[in-house]
Amino acid sequence: MSIDPEISGARTEELVIEAREAQRDRKAGRIQRVGDHLRREWQIYLLLLPTIIWLLLFLYKPMYGLQIAFKDYSVFRGIADSPWIGFEHFETLFNNDQFIRAIRNTLIISVYSLIIGFPVPILLALMFNEVLNQGFKKATQTIVYLPHFISSVIIAGIVITAYSPSAGIVNTVIGWFGFDPVYFLTRPEWFRPIFIGTGIWQEAGFQSIVYLAAIAGVSPTLYESAVVDGASRWQMMWKITIPSILPTIIIMLIIRIGNILEVSFEMIILLYQPATYATADVVNTFIYRQGIQGGQYDLAAAAGLFNAVVAFVLVITANTISKRYSRTSLW
Amino acid sequence: MINMNLYSRGDRAFVILNMVLIGLFALSALYPFIYIASLSLSSGFEARAGNVILTPVGFTLEAYERVLSERMFWISYRNTFIYTIGGTLMSLAFLIPGAYALSRTQLFGRRFWNFMVAFTMWFNAGLIPFFLNMRDLGLLDSYFGIMIGFAVNGFNLILLRNFFEAIPKSFEEAARMDGANEFQVLWKVFVPLSKPAIATVALFCIVSRWNGFFWAMVLLQDEEKIPLQVYLRHVILELSDDEEFASTLLTSTYSFETVSAAIIVCSIIPIIIIYPFLQKYFTKGIMLGGVKE
Repeated sequence: MSIDPEISGARTEELVIEAREAQRDRKAGRIQRVGDHLRREWQIYLLLLPTIIWLLLFLYKPMYGLQIAFKDYSVFRGIADSPWIGFEHFETLFNNDQFIRAIRNTLIISVYSLIIGFPVPILLALMFNEVLNQGFKKATQTIVYLPHFISSVIIAGIVITAYSPSAGIVNTVIGWFGFDPVYFLTRPEWFRPIFIGTGIWQEAGFQSIVYLAAIAGVSPTLYESAVVDGASRWQMMWKITIPSILPTIIIMLIIRIGNILEVSFEMIILLYQPATYATADVVNTFIYRQGIQGGQYDLAAAAGLFNAVVAFVLVITANTISKRYSRTSLW
Repeated sequence: MINMNLYSRGDRAFVILNMVLIGLFALSALYPFIYIASLSLSSGFEARAGNVILTPVGFTLEAYERVLSERMFWISYRNTFIYTIGGTLMSLAFLIPGAYALSRTQLFGRRFWNFMVAFTMWFNAGLIPFFLNMRDLGLLDSYFGIMIGFAVNGFNLILLRNFFEAIPKSFEEAARMDGANEFQVLWKVFVPLSKPAIATVALFCIVSRWNGFFWAMVLLQDEEKIPLQVYLRHVILELSDDEEFASTLLTSTYSFETVSAAIIVCSIIPIIIIYPFLQKYFTKGIMLGGVKE
């Protein structure tokens, strides 16, 4: 028996039409549902809209503009119409001694800041915890948090004044011991110690807050039973406090390592000068000089893109590790 | 937390040593400010000779007279107030509604919108594309540009959203029963309940506005629009090379150092005034912002 091809064809067609209609109905249903949802909840979207437009206009649009890193950008042609040149800017950068030096300086300054600066707030928090006189504790905490709130221009102003060869307090003190004044801020070998020391001085107190909060979360019964066992303050600190805040310490360490390319370049711009570029010039100051001061936007954008991609990978890696390590994720 | 009498006698030396070390650290944090204040009140001659150590030497207010008679000082001070107040209000106008919307469970694509915010905290196009974008938007040299260009910040948005999310549903139910719409629920229920979180975010904005200098320096060419920090940078970094200024020093009792110090003192004073609030709310903000997203 043969099947009439015409009938069979019509059947198929009918089925197809039916299926299409069903799909259209589902689609219409979905549109209807979305419509209903928007009619009911439009106010929420209206509240969200300004923030989204802002993000697109001020943070996502510059990401589109990043393409000039691969273009021969000219101000007159604009971002979209400038010709593509591939990786030429990156080749130029990696053959540029100044850029290589900037990467090296960035890493050296961050690693030293991390090694020297990371333990200081932990130490401070442990020490604050051992202070029993509440008045003294409050007063000293108030003082050590203060530098965090002072602008980098003022901090730089204080540094410049304090290290000034003519009137600065540092050279005055050096003078007491019979040494000649040193013009610290023009000496490449002094830039990093001064910069890193200033950073620790400004932020260590404030960073101790996180650890103080962690210490406050340690159960008092642990200390009480330790006292019953005759433990000293020193033993309690090593055997109870430090192990209890270890997870916080590790999370903070991971965050710091993730942000290792983030050197506070605003402060460097204020403190460095051509004489100290050799040790002070970091990637962001290089970008600032080449791009904003020098007008080589495309080359500087390529340097920025390199920096941002490496930073992104580091942050994501750090986050993944911390997520695995501590069940409370960072974001 | 720990009782005084739980405290053995052998620990006393440890406690005293600890207090001495903390005291020294606190002094080191405070000393630069005392030094600058004393410098600003000393005569230029004593300052140059390096005789100012702790207290003013050759007390004079001439450095302040010089600073306060500068027209640019007042202009930049006024501009900083405009940027700080205007910028903070603008930030709140974006952040409060945005954070509220992101905290609503019925928001469609909530994960997507939140990711869109969080992504800006991990990846940033960098200085040059941001600068070119501001230029293309016609926001160079504009008060409005400085205020709007930095209005939203992922960290503040997420901090506020987390706070809104933690407010129990029962608070808004009464308002909903009375037929309140979203705007009314936000304004009459969430905002009053979130005063501490909003104060924290407002203070974050105020401090970053007051202290911000880099973008103001880059985006503003017109001297009449520069904020205090940019003026301060000009005085501290460039005035020492300024010959006209140097010549006025010969006939006066102030010096470059005392004038710089006086401007520094003038620009710190507002921060000191709001410092009690800063300390209180920043500590809270760190805890609230600790767990992002």
